[in-house]
Amino acid sequence: MTELTNAYIAEKIRNQFGDAILSASEPFDMLTLVVNPSIAHNVINFLKNDSEIQVQFLTDVCGAQFPEIEGQEFCVIYHLHSLTNNIRIRVKAFIPASTPTIATVSDLFSSANWQERETYDFYGILFEGHPNLNRIMNVDEMDYFPLRKEYPLEDGTRTDKEDKYFGR
Amino acid sequence: MSTELTISKAPAGLEGPGFFATNIDKVIGLARSNSIWPLPFATSCCGIEFMATMGSNYDLARFGSERMSFSPRQADLLIVAGTIAKKMGPVLRQVYLQMAEPRWVISVGACASTGGIFDTYSVLQGIDKVIPVDVYVPGCPPRPEQIIDGIMQIQELVKNEPLRRRNTQEYKALMQQYGIQ
Repeated sequence: MTELTNAYIAEKIRNQFGDAILSASEPFDMLTLVVNPSIAHNVINFLKNDSEIQVQFLTDVCGAQFPEIEGQEFCVIYHLHSLTNNIRIRVKAFIPASTPTIATVSDLFSSANWQERETYDFYGILFEGHPNLNRIMNVDEMDYFPLRKEYPLEDGTRTDKEDKYFGR
Repeated sequence: MSTELTISKAPAGLEGPGFFATNIDKVIGLARSNSIWPLPFATSCCGIEFMATMGSNYDLARFGSERMSFSPRQADLLIVAGTIAKKMGPVLRQVYLQMAEPRWVISVGACASTGGIFDTYSVLQGIDKVIPVDVYVPGCPPRPEQIIDGIMQIQELVKNEPLRRRNTQEYKALMQQYGIQ
């Protein structure tokens, strides 16, 4: 059996998906794949079911926002872990703010259910096919996505702060 | 060890051989203020300070609050110690509603009183946004001495409260303000 280096895994995925893998890099020795959002589900499915790589565990799903990159404002990041081979892989998919949707991976990993709900809760990223996509951490009445950069972090109902003490 | 006991001072009244007359308000106030059953609603570090206050070193029991009531139905005093997230707000309010009158509320620490350092989207900016508060204890977190001072101030309130206060227009208006019947 060949040794599972990052280069080998990247090559194997490139052979499978071709141009849909937009880039592969190794920040801090961790294989990071930027993929076309339409195939993110397929890539994760491939990594999970591949007889060599055997990714059994989805460590994390999270979001990020880059308002300055037009057409790629939101990013969904998946952290995958192969317990058999002790390999971690990061998969990123950039999606536009106008249609912030991506396919759910909760059919592959049940743990994605809550993590995708959390990502929706804070960034408003819509996971298509998710069985129960509603708020998980914040109050149900909240009418915005608090970690988006267009909203202030501070609470608007605060009454005891005087602006002059904070240089405003 | 000394066995000397401190006995609460009797309220002002008319005294003679074999009788003592005073206001029933004052007698009831005296009894209530020395037998407050607190309900601790502790969510974070202020709660730890409150545990020290209850413990043997600071001994809150000296003030008649021997028994913590962990059921709001039997509690007189709600002690809110710690950060209250917005999601916790309705829970806190429900606990308050479950308490029987007369009831008092003490807000321990900066977070419960104003939101403290957590000026952020997820934190309630002071519990007085959802329930009325009688005494605020400042500090981050306050020392047990401060919490005891707050409870002694509550005792003063309890002692001097007229029995009909909770039927007054003023009190009803306050409750109305919070949407509480």
